[in-house]
Amino acid sequence: MTTITNKAQNPTAHLSPEDIEALGAELDAIRAEVLEARGEKDAAYIRRVVDVQRKLELGSRAVLLVSVFPPAWLLGTAGLSIAKILENMEIGHNVMHGQWDWMRDPKIHSTTWEWDNASTADGWKHSHNEIHHTYTNIVGKDNDLGYGIMRVDEEQRWYPLYLAQPLWNFINACFFEYGIAAYDLELGRNLRTPKEKRSEEFKRNLKNTLRKIRKQATKDYVVNPVLAAPTGSFLPALAANFTANLVRNIWSHSVIMCGHFPEGVETFELKSIPDKETRGEWYLRQMLGSANISGSKLMHIMTGNLSHQIEHHLFPDLPSSRYAEIAPKVQAVFEKYDLNYHSAPLVQQVGSAWHRVIRLSLPNGWLATTNAKNLPSQLKLLYAMTTADKRKRRVMQRLLESAAAKQEKEQALAA
Amino acid sequence: MSTTTAAPSAAARTGRLRTGLRSLLDAAVTPLSVDDLLDHFAPLRPGAAVGLQGRIVEVQQETADAATLVIKPGRDWAGHIPGQYVRVGVDVDGVRLWRTYSLTHGPRRDGHISITVKAIPDGAVSQYLVHRARAGQMVQLAQAEGDFVLAPAQPGTRHRLLLVTAGSGITPVIGMLRNLYSRNEDSDNLARAAYDIVLVHSAMARDEVIFGAELRAHADAGRLRLIERHTDTDGLLTTADLEAEVPDLAERTAYACGPAGLLDTLEAYYDERRLTLHTERFRPAVVDVDAEGGTLTFAGASATTVETDGSVPILDAAESAGVLMPSGCRMGICMGCVLPMKSGAVRDLRTGELTVAVPGETHPDGVKIQTCISAAAGDCTLDH
Repeated sequence: MTTITNKAQNPTAHLSPEDIEALGAELDAIRAEVLEARGEKDAAYIRRVVDVQRKLELGSRAVLLVSVFPPAWLLGTAGLSIAKILENMEIGHNVMHGQWDWMRDPKIHSTTWEWDNASTADGWKHSHNEIHHTYTNIVGKDNDLGYGIMRVDEEQRWYPLYLAQPLWNFINACFFEYGIAAYDLELGRNLRTPKEKRSEEFKRNLKNTLRKIRKQATKDYVVNPVLAAPTGSFLPALAANFTANLVRNIWSHSVIMCGHFPEGVETFELKSIPDKETRGEWYLRQMLGSANISGSKLMHIMTGNLSHQIEHHLFPDLPSSRYAEIAPKVQAVFEKYDLNYHSAPLVQQVGSAWHRVIRLSLPNGWLATTNAKNLPSQLKLLYAMTTADKRKRRVMQRLLESAAAKQEKEQALAA
Repeated sequence: MSTTTAAPSAAARTGRLRTGLRSLLDAAVTPLSVDDLLDHFAPLRPGAAVGLQGRIVEVQQETADAATLVIKPGRDWAGHIPGQYVRVGVDVDGVRLWRTYSLTHGPRRDGHISITVKAIPDGAVSQYLVHRARAGQMVQLAQAEGDFVLAPAQPGTRHRLLLVTAGSGITPVIGMLRNLYSRNEDSDNLARAAYDIVLVHSAMARDEVIFGAELRAHADAGRLRLIERHTDTDGLLTTADLEAEVPDLAERTAYACGPAGLLDTLEAYYDERRLTLHTERFRPAVVDVDAEGGTLTFAGASATTVETDGSVPILDAAESAGVLMPSGCRMGICMGCVLPMKSGAVRDLRTGELTVAVPGETHPDGVKIQTCISAAAGDCTLDH
């Protein structure tokens, strides 16, 4: 993928500034409708989800007290996994967005919520709500694009290190909550800064995050297993907590990858974003920079309604329970203005996102020009590029890109 | 010198054990606490994380637009004195709104409390409580407050009282009367001996009188002298009416509760004669000030800006925008809503008085303002 301004076919080229503002007004109208309608039912919904989640977690942890019996282990681990997913996605993420602040319930409010995750609510609200939702998919500004450790756009220069990014991505998926915590802290950037130059704010955030991680780990890996120890279930309970965290991590990582990484989701150049982006322009960027997952109601709840990533990015503070209802209206706006409403089933979106991670782990054009016949020579080229110095690598990259372009032209002619 | 260490008492040991167990269980459910979880099973138990709540036990229709709600309060309810009020938080259309109501019973044997609500036109909470609230629903509660209470009975002295009420202003008084007369014969006789009561009550019409039958029954039983005034036929109650109806007015301790107009008139009358009057107001008297308004910036954890006009209290404007605000009586008394203003100007909606915060000139921590009775008079920055 290439930022839209560097594409041969800019998907927004057909829209005039007036169109963009008109589109913004239509989306504002959809938003106003929800603000008008939200009420008792929505409040009852989130309270029920919180109630179910807590009882499920409590019940699962109770079952794990006897997890030395395999059926109990399976049941408890499955329940705990689901409870953790619900807590992070449909509840935590959305409450911290302020989706339920309008209820004025201090127990379900963005300023008081703390979630079952290694990262602190404060850190998350800053990096996610402020940075990611404001600068969505702007290369170099939105750290969610590759979390600063991956190459997710053709315009990022390729280095041999990126060959390992499918592996990074997998490891990141398994330990996603720690990845998020590190990312909220901008750990990479801060660790490169000499110790004495690190900001007070970073030191404070680091301390808070470490305290949070300690409490979380104590809960899952010490206290709950110890409580299960009298029945001889210490190790099974420990394994159950580890598994539940793993399941939650991989699930949330997959869902989040589907939101912005699938092939065809657009990215943006910082210099192409006007200093004072209008409401319409901001909406347009959110529309093109997000992708939905289609599926059942249960799937939507388990993804925290991030399966409606497009609606969520347009209206991050509307109650998640309303996204399904407004989706057809939002899709109609996409169609009216001839824009691509990017939606596909989970497996397809996850596959597409992984395809992109793998494709971009390789130099631009390499995967496209590789077939079964030329594989040995392509591998040799890849080895050469990996071991070459910077200058030579750049030359080889250019040759590869022109070969890919030539091949694309031939294919187009043949078609 | 020798020192002896007393063996820790059994109670202290149990206490420590409980604290230890509690912190172990809290560590097992972090970032929640055990209390957060228990709230899902027993919200009325002592020490609920959600705070003091109550469950509506019964809704009794009093008149066409008034109802009494009998509420079972949480175990942390500290009790009340008749005449006091309670703040009630009700979820109306999913939004938590707080209002203040007088408690209309003395302490009851079943431990329940009651409030009587008159549905006022466009009153979100009162309309909800009278017409939509049902038994089984939960409400938020604060502890009872207020000093609109009778002096306790003293042996050998007879308190001579004048109670002046209008409309739903009867509610704190009915609490007092029920406490005195509706328990048993002994206490009834004691109360008769201790208090000599004249009650002047004004309402729109006979049918509109909340607790009409009960008040008349008290009068018929000779427990008090009831003077009913119906504004539809008799006009508004004036101080001249009062003087005519109650010749020994000056010798009676006076209590008044009702609309602001009546209370203002009575206060002026009593002030002039240097007599004591206890009043109870449910809404602050608001003066007209030039609406200015501005942008409210919440510079602390809330990190929001809110546009507001000069007629709406900052508390209401911020809450409407979804900001979680500290609040209390909502009429400028309890100081529960106070926040520091770092810069800007606010106007006191009761007096029109201006309060200004200038960085560098006023206190670095900001000027504390009561958000429930202050409206923005220009752009303001609050630390919250």
